[in-house]
Amino acid sequence: MISLYQRRRFWNIFNMSMATLATLFGLFWLVWILWTTLSYGFSALHPALFTENTPPPGVDGGGLKNAFVGSLILISLAVAIGAPLGILAGTWLGEFAVRRRFGSVVRFFNDILLSAPSIVIGLFVYAIIVHPLGQFSAISGAIALALIMIPVVVRTTDEMLQLVPSTLREAAIALGVPYWRLVTQITWRAAGAGILTGVLLATARISGETAPLLFTALNNQFYSTSLDRPIANLPVVIFQFAMSPYQNWQAMGWAGALIATLAVLALSIVSRLIIKGKTKGGA
Amino acid sequence: MSVDKAIEGGGRDAALAAQISSQAVPRRALGDLFFRGLTGFTAIFLLSVLIAIGVALWREGWDAFRTFGFGFLWSTAWNPVTDQYGALIFIFGTLVSSLLAMLMAVPVSFGIALFISELAPHWLRQPISSAIELLAGIPSIIFGMWGLLVFAPVFGNMEPWINGHLGKIPGVGLLFQGPPMGIGMLTAGIVLGIMIIPFISAIMRDVFLSTPGILKESAYALGGTTWEVMRHVVLPFTRTAVVGSIFLGLGRALGETMAVTFVIGNTDSLSASLLMPGNSIAAALANEFTEATTHLYKSSLLALGFILFVVSFLVLVLAKFMLWRMEKRIGGGAL
Repeated sequence: MISLYQRRRFWNIFNMSMATLATLFGLFWLVWILWTTLSYGFSALHPALFTENTPPPGVDGGGLKNAFVGSLILISLAVAIGAPLGILAGTWLGEFAVRRRFGSVVRFFNDILLSAPSIVIGLFVYAIIVHPLGQFSAISGAIALALIMIPVVVRTTDEMLQLVPSTLREAAIALGVPYWRLVTQITWRAAGAGILTGVLLATARISGETAPLLFTALNNQFYSTSLDRPIANLPVVIFQFAMSPYQNWQAMGWAGALIATLAVLALSIVSRLIIKGKTKGGA
Repeated sequence: MSVDKAIEGGGRDAALAAQISSQAVPRRALGDLFFRGLTGFTAIFLLSVLIAIGVALWREGWDAFRTFGFGFLWSTAWNPVTDQYGALIFIFGTLVSSLLAMLMAVPVSFGIALFISELAPHWLRQPISSAIELLAGIPSIIFGMWGLLVFAPVFGNMEPWINGHLGKIPGVGLLFQGPPMGIGMLTAGIVLGIMIIPFISAIMRDVFLSTPGILKESAYALGGTTWEVMRHVVLPFTRTAVVGSIFLGLGRALGETMAVTFVIGNTDSLSASLLMPGNSIAAALANEFTEATTHLYKSSLLALGFILFVVSFLVLVLAKFMLWRMEKRIGGGAL
């Protein structure tokens, strides 16, 4: 007969094994996906990738130069728009609205926006910019990416400012420093590394975003840097090439995927290192 | 400048000092007022974006809603040639693929969170957490591409087996009929599931770790096994947050576009079988938007976008409320 003790032991061991298996299961996909991206990507890497534009269907050769340049333009513009707005709104939350009801409301909706489907943001920008102007454009793509970026920056800025010890603020106020100078010269500097991390993480997030660009920046087979026309960009080119039946397009898609993944991972690792160095130095 | 004057005055004349300080204060306050106003304005701007999304999508989709009425929601018609549109195929596909993803992701995420919070030795915690978070960092288009070019062929080889075994079970077997193509509803569910595992498991891990040590220690002191402590102490304590994390994952799954678009098959027809290709709202938008030539076609697609927005908004609000209740509880003196 099985004793109660044995039954309890069995269930414990069984469930703990399942938990371990679940972890291995999760890691298994990670390894598989990364390994495929690395191996297919590296074998398709080629100097021409960076010097030639995307080829028309069925033509050998070519590269992804226009897509790289386009993505860089889109991302830098998005950061230029999104980072200041995000930092300002986050500052209001972290400095002026820590315990206010309206602050909680803004925080709540910011978190919703943070998890909102990016495709919906893309449609929104289509509805307010692309549709009225009658033209897909690089600038609308950058705005869509900025809107996706802002909630991330707001949230980290808010959290980082709340971590700044209030004694620092009290000391400044006792010296008669106006509040705006206190924020810009003391708390922003104290929370600087954290805020920078937020911006980097947000940049990493938008670097791989594809869905919103389908309705805004679209794609361009040619090299273009003008902001009021459709612009080539890495994610949409990967989408187009991976879905295509052409071998050389698919290979180029993998190379693009590799570079996008490496860029995103590098950004998130750098931001992690910044936070780590900061907390170590602080402690 | 007025501050200097006040110092020069040295408080000789109380009336003068009062007058000067009343000048000095507004000057200082002006900077504060401006700064406060500027930051507050951006915060309100942020709030208005969410409202504006709803309004803009409703306006753009209005023609579809007006033409087809409420029937838009449960019509299976989707025919650009005759300009007849209905959302049911896409709503169905979105819900089914998300549900499949949840069926896979929730138990696995729970296991991962349990492993990290209770089982793993201390030195292993951080590396495993980071690895799982790495999975969250991979762009969704990579998941989609991998799903189509690598996973689907492998899965397609397994499908005859699924057909042969699961397909024979009466009733349930209906879900597993169809040609072994590798792409379809089930593939989309699996890829989506892999994608949301890191989101759910990260939150579950955090809330499990936030359970007060004293509660767990008491249970261990009574002789509880690790599983019993988990089941009877940690889970009841963190229940709302665990459900919140699941809803947050669901919110992600519903709107995920690229990972699904590659593997769901993009067929505008309803099928009970999970091995058959289908379509989801997000995938339809990604595939058909640039091809939508008529006004009503585009409007119908935007109406789909509006439905997606409303559904994911409701799910996310629910998730947020549950996570907030947990936060309050931990902040409320339990720790």
